[in-house]
Amino acid sequence: MKTASPNSLIARGLIIVLMIITLLPFLSMLSAALAPQGTYPNGLQWPSDPQWSNFVRAFEVARMDQLLLSSTLIVMGVVPLSVLIATMAGYGLAKLTSNKYKWLYLVFVFGLTLPFEAVITPLYYEVRALGLLNTRFAIILPLIGLYMPFSVYWMRAHFLNVPHDLTEAAQLDGATRWKEFWLVQVPLARPAIMSLTILLFLWTWNQFLLPVVLVQDPMQRTMAGALGAFQGQWGTDIPLLCAGSLLILAPTVALFLVFQRQFVAALMQGAVKG
Amino acid sequence: MTDITTSLPDAQPERVRLPPSRGSRKTRMAAWLFVAPAFIAYAAFVLAPLCMSIYYSLLRWDGIGEAQFYGLSNYVTVLTDSDLLQIIGNAFQLVLYFTLIPVLLGLAVAAAIRSHMAGRFGTITRTVLFLPQVIPLVAAGIAWSWMFASTGLVNQTLKAIGLSSWARGWLGDFVWALPAVGIIGAWVLLGLCTMLLVTGITKIDPSLYEAARLDGARPWHEFRYITLPGLRQEIGVCITVTVIAALASFDIVYISTQGGPGITTTVPGLEIYRLAFAHRQVGLASALAIVLMVLVLISIAPVQWFTRDKK
Repeated sequence: MKTASPNSLIARGLIIVLMIITLLPFLSMLSAALAPQGTYPNGLQWPSDPQWSNFVRAFEVARMDQLLLSSTLIVMGVVPLSVLIATMAGYGLAKLTSNKYKWLYLVFVFGLTLPFEAVITPLYYEVRALGLLNTRFAIILPLIGLYMPFSVYWMRAHFLNVPHDLTEAAQLDGATRWKEFWLVQVPLARPAIMSLTILLFLWTWNQFLLPVVLVQDPMQRTMAGALGAFQGQWGTDIPLLCAGSLLILAPTVALFLVFQRQFVAALMQGAVKG
Repeated sequence: MTDITTSLPDAQPERVRLPPSRGSRKTRMAAWLFVAPAFIAYAAFVLAPLCMSIYYSLLRWDGIGEAQFYGLSNYVTVLTDSDLLQIIGNAFQLVLYFTLIPVLLGLAVAAAIRSHMAGRFGTITRTVLFLPQVIPLVAAGIAWSWMFASTGLVNQTLKAIGLSSWARGWLGDFVWALPAVGIIGAWVLLGLCTMLLVTGITKIDPSLYEAARLDGARPWHEFRYITLPGLRQEIGVCITVTVIAALASFDIVYISTQGGPGITTTVPGLEIYRLAFAHRQVGLASALAIVLMVLVLISIAPVQWFTRDKK
């Protein structure tokens, strides 16, 4: 009975309150999304005649199929490449450089707290000069760079914990560095790579500032960026806005529910290390 | 951490046959090749724009025409203009909500539960509390705009408990809009902080608490002398994450209030966007951007120093 302190009832109560507070906005949106079109619904009130068709209409109005495609393309452009080059750099910095090159690592770390807003203006002119404004590459390329501080930091931390004899054993086998990296290090790094992939996926999917500044056409944006445009256009039609918002956040929530354990682990570690 | 170039010759006698310089030079080459792609991406889309930000901040430039060298005048404007100072102040006010509410509530829950949340209840708790971390901040902004709307749930609740006079359009209110935005941020960060602190507290040795109880320590003393020091690192993490989220906020404000009414909820992130792309004051926007970056660094440094040194 060591852990079942008299407080545990209070604790459970507190947690249940927190959970209710967390869920209320979602429920409130759902109840509004089911209200009849063109009405101005109440905060939380189950409609007498739930209009599930609002979701169908929101799907069509928001062109969800195209949004999903666009977001997926952006994620495919950003995440695999970011993870690959960050893994390489993390390995390089942890295993191949001496203390003399610590500054290189510190240069990366410097970017950890950098707000995206600090570079958004020059990024606009840079992307325009590259002729990429209003294309998905305007989001993809800068994001890869902006993710490097965290990703490199993350992968380096992993490789620092890999014992040295593994590296040496692989070298004795005559494996080249590159082969060793792929055949020994990468498989061992799978958990770290997995977590990084989840985090980068979420951050990309939910990225808002870059799409708003760099891409005008909502159909070329990320989900979050498109949601911003959707609000701008349908902000006064509460049922439609709520239905659209729920649809737009459904894919990540669904993925989260399926991979709940991995997501939670990644988000917690991500916070601790970042 | 030891690295291969220095540790190999001692550890592996066979490798001594190789001239050491050759081995290390090869390693150094390999290191550069491994690091280069990441560094190029970082340099192209973070370091170079950052340098350009600093350069722009010294200019008077509308983004199209001829730029004029303007010295440090933009920085003087940022640090003296009353509107801009209020905007920076708004960000720090948001810190109060984004940081204090999640950390204090998280601590309360952690101190009360002080054990693993195992089983079904634990899984459900984790899943629910992490939901706000998974959805876009934009969606949180929309959800809460609706909560705070004149017919939204907040007012509905107030009316139900007989406080109709309190009901208002929260996000359009000159006094209450900023606290309302702060509540949105607190809602987003609450679950993450709670889970970090609850996980952290399970790592504190339970015998410390038993010893304290045998010595007749009161709950407050347990909290003050065991829980707080034990959670030092986790608290540091929570403060770091939430302070950055508050100072660099953009998404929530852009969606829920657009910075209004007036400039009562405008934050630096939003003002940079406006100045650069609506008012065409690229120089001033860049100066504000640099100031924001420095403010984040200054705010985070003591937290890092204070929470990391003893562990």
